[in-house]
Amino acid sequence: MTTRIDTRFAELKKAGRSAFVTYVMAGDPDLTTSLNIVKALPKAGADVIELGIPFTDPMADGPSIQAAGLRALKNGMTLKKTLELVRGFRKDDNFTPLVLMGYYNPIYIYGVDKFLADAKTAGVDGLIIVDLPPEEDDELCIPALKAGLNFIRLATPTTDDKRLPAVLANTSGFVYYVSIAGITGAAAADANAVGEAVARIKRHTKLPICVGFGIRTPEAARAIAEKADGSVVGTALVDALKNSLDAEGRATAKTVNAVAELTAALAQGVKGAQQAAE
Amino acid sequence: MNIVKPNSYRSGPDERGHFGIFGGRFVAETLMPLILDLEKAYTAAKADPAFQAEMNGYLKNYVGRPSPLYFAERLTEHLGGAKIYLKREELNHTGSHKVNNVLGQIMLARRMGKKRIIAETGAGQHGVATATLCARFGLECIVYMGAVDVERQQQNVIRMEMLGATVMPVQSGTRTLKDAMNEALRDWVTNVHNTFYCIGTVAGPHPYPMMVRDFQSIIGNETKTQMQEVEGRLPDSLVACIGGGSNAMGLFHPFLDDSSVEIFGVEAAGHGLTQLHAASIAGGRPGVLHGNRTYLLMDADGQITDAHSISAGLDYPGIGPEHSWLHEIGRVNYLSATDDEALAAFQLLSKLEGIIPALEPAHAIAKVMELAPKQARDHLMVVNLSGRGDKDVPQVGDILRGKSK
Repeated sequence: MTTRIDTRFAELKKAGRSAFVTYVMAGDPDLTTSLNIVKALPKAGADVIELGIPFTDPMADGPSIQAAGLRALKNGMTLKKTLELVRGFRKDDNFTPLVLMGYYNPIYIYGVDKFLADAKTAGVDGLIIVDLPPEEDDELCIPALKAGLNFIRLATPTTDDKRLPAVLANTSGFVYYVSIAGITGAAAADANAVGEAVARIKRHTKLPICVGFGIRTPEAARAIAEKADGSVVGTALVDALKNSLDAEGRATAKTVNAVAELTAALAQGVKGAQQAAE
Repeated sequence: MNIVKPNSYRSGPDERGHFGIFGGRFVAETLMPLILDLEKAYTAAKADPAFQAEMNGYLKNYVGRPSPLYFAERLTEHLGGAKIYLKREELNHTGSHKVNNVLGQIMLARRMGKKRIIAETGAGQHGVATATLCARFGLECIVYMGAVDVERQQQNVIRMEMLGATVMPVQSGTRTLKDAMNEALRDWVTNVHNTFYCIGTVAGPHPYPMMVRDFQSIIGNETKTQMQEVEGRLPDSLVACIGGGSNAMGLFHPFLDDSSVEIFGVEAAGHGLTQLHAASIAGGRPGVLHGNRTYLLMDADGQITDAHSISAGLDYPGIGPEHSWLHEIGRVNYLSATDDEALAAFQLLSKLEGIIPALEPAHAIAKVMELAPKQARDHLMVVNLSGRGDKDVPQVGDILRGKSK
C-alpha cells in the first residue's frame, strides 16, 4: 500500500531534491489560525507537514513546543479537534503528506482502534509517537500499519548498529533521525556528524531519512538537506508564530504570514542544496 | 472485568516490565538504550554478593538500619482497638525511607561508572537523600524541584544546597513533582553519556518500579522479622501513604503472599475527592505518563490534570504501576485521606507519642484513626512512619496559627 508519504518521497527523489518537513502545533494559538497556517505551508514550500498533538507533559520537547502545546490546550484544543483540523486541510489538499506527532496518552484515551479509523478517514498519513519505542510496538505501531498508516520511528545518536534493526523493523514512510541527544529546539546539529549517521542508517534501510532537532535557519537546513532525504524544522517555526502573537497570546493579522514567510525562506535553503550522492 | 488471581503476587513484573496491563517502557528512543543498560547492570548487581554486602554495610552504619518497630502505646489506648506499631523509617539518616532506595541506586551508578546524578523531588526528601549520598561518594548532583515545592519546602532546599547539590526550580506546567520529573527526563535525554537518573519512587519506565521496590523491600522484610520477635506472628494489617508509592510498596511487597495480612494504601484526597486532590486510583484511570502505564489523573482528552495535596510528597497525578495492578487484582485496598484529616493526624501523633510525622505518613495515620477502633485488641496493625515532620513544621505552624485566629 502506498501512502501520500511514499508518493511524495518518490517524486522528490525523481526531482533530485531533499524534502522540507515543517512542524507546527495543532491549535496553536487557536483552531482557526492553526488551520490557516497549515493550509499556507505547502504553498510556502513545505513538502511534508508534521502536526503536533498538544499534550500537557511533552517529555522530549523544549520550552518553545511545550508552550505551544499549552497555548493550544488553553484554547480548548483536543485530539478530536486535531483530526477536525486535518479534515479541514484535506478539503483543499489531497497531496501533501500529513503526519501527526505527539505522545501516546491522548491516543490511548481516545481509543487506539477508533483513533486509527478516524485519523485515516480524516486524511492522516503517518504517526510519530515519541514515547512508543519498538519495545511497545503492540500498542499502536502494529495496529497503525494494519490500518494503512505509516508509523515513523525516531532513530537517535544512542541507537547503535545493534539496535537499529529493531528500530527500523516496523518503520514505514520515512525514518526520523534525531540529530542530537536532547530535546527539541536545543543545540544545533553538526552537519558532518549527521552525514555519518545518515550513511550508517542507510546501510540498514531503503527508507528516506529525514533529520530534525536543532535546525533553525535556511543555511542549516541547506547543510542538512545535502546529507539527508529531508530536514525537519519545528521550534523555529513555533517561535516565529509566538513572536507574532499579542500580549495575551492571541493571534494577530501577522501570525499566518510570520510562519509562512519563515517556511518559504527555509524551503529556499533546502531547495538550494546539492542532493547527496546516493 | 475477568481477573485471574495469580499464584503469587510477588512474581512481577514480566521481562518487559509489565504488572498485568500496567508498567512498560514508554520512553523516547534516545533513552531506550540507557534503560536497557540499566536493567542489565541492575540484574548483575542484584546477583552479586559483593554488591549486597557493601550495601548492607552502608544500610547498617550510614543509614542506621534496622529501623525500630515501635509499639505506639498511647495511640493504641486513645483509639481503643488494634494494637498499633509504627515502622520508624523517619529515624533513618536524612529523615525518611527515601535513603534506602537512593543508596542502592547510587551504588549502582558507581558500578556503572556514572559521575553525574540527577533526581526529581517533591517534598525534597528524595532530593535530600540523593544529595546526601552524592556528597558521601563525591558525585555531582542536580535536583529538579517544582517552583511551588521550592517555596513550600524551603528547609529541604537549603539542606540540599548545604550538601553540595544544585537545586533547579522547575517553572513549567504546574510547577510541582510531575513537572520536576518531566524536566529530569529532559536532562537525561540531553546528557545520556555520563548521567544516572535516580528516580525516587516506584514509577517510571521498567526497570525503575521493580528496582526501587526491591531496594525499599527492606522495610517489609525487617517488619516481618521484628513482628515475629515481638509478637511471634505476622501482623494482621499494614497501612502506608501513597504518592508514587515507594514506602508503601517497600512495606507491602514482602507480605503480598501472606493472605491473612490485610493491606491498606492511603492516597491524598486533598480538598476532597470531588475537588482538587492527588488520589490517582480513587479519581483517575489507566493512562500513560513518565514511562509507564498506570492510574493517572486526567481529563477526557487524556491531558494530565493538576493534583493537589497539602503534602508536596504526595502531590503527583500518578501512582506506581504495581500499585495499579494490586488495586485491579484486589490484593491491596486503596483509601484516601484529606488535607484536614492528615493535619488532625499530624497533631494527634505529635501530642500522643512525641513523634512529629511528615505530612505524607500523617495521611496513613489519619486512616489508622478510622481503621484501628473497629478492630479487636489483639489485631496487630503496622503503619509505615515514612518520614519525620521537621520539614513541615513551618507550613503546618502557619496553617494552625491561621486557623486559630
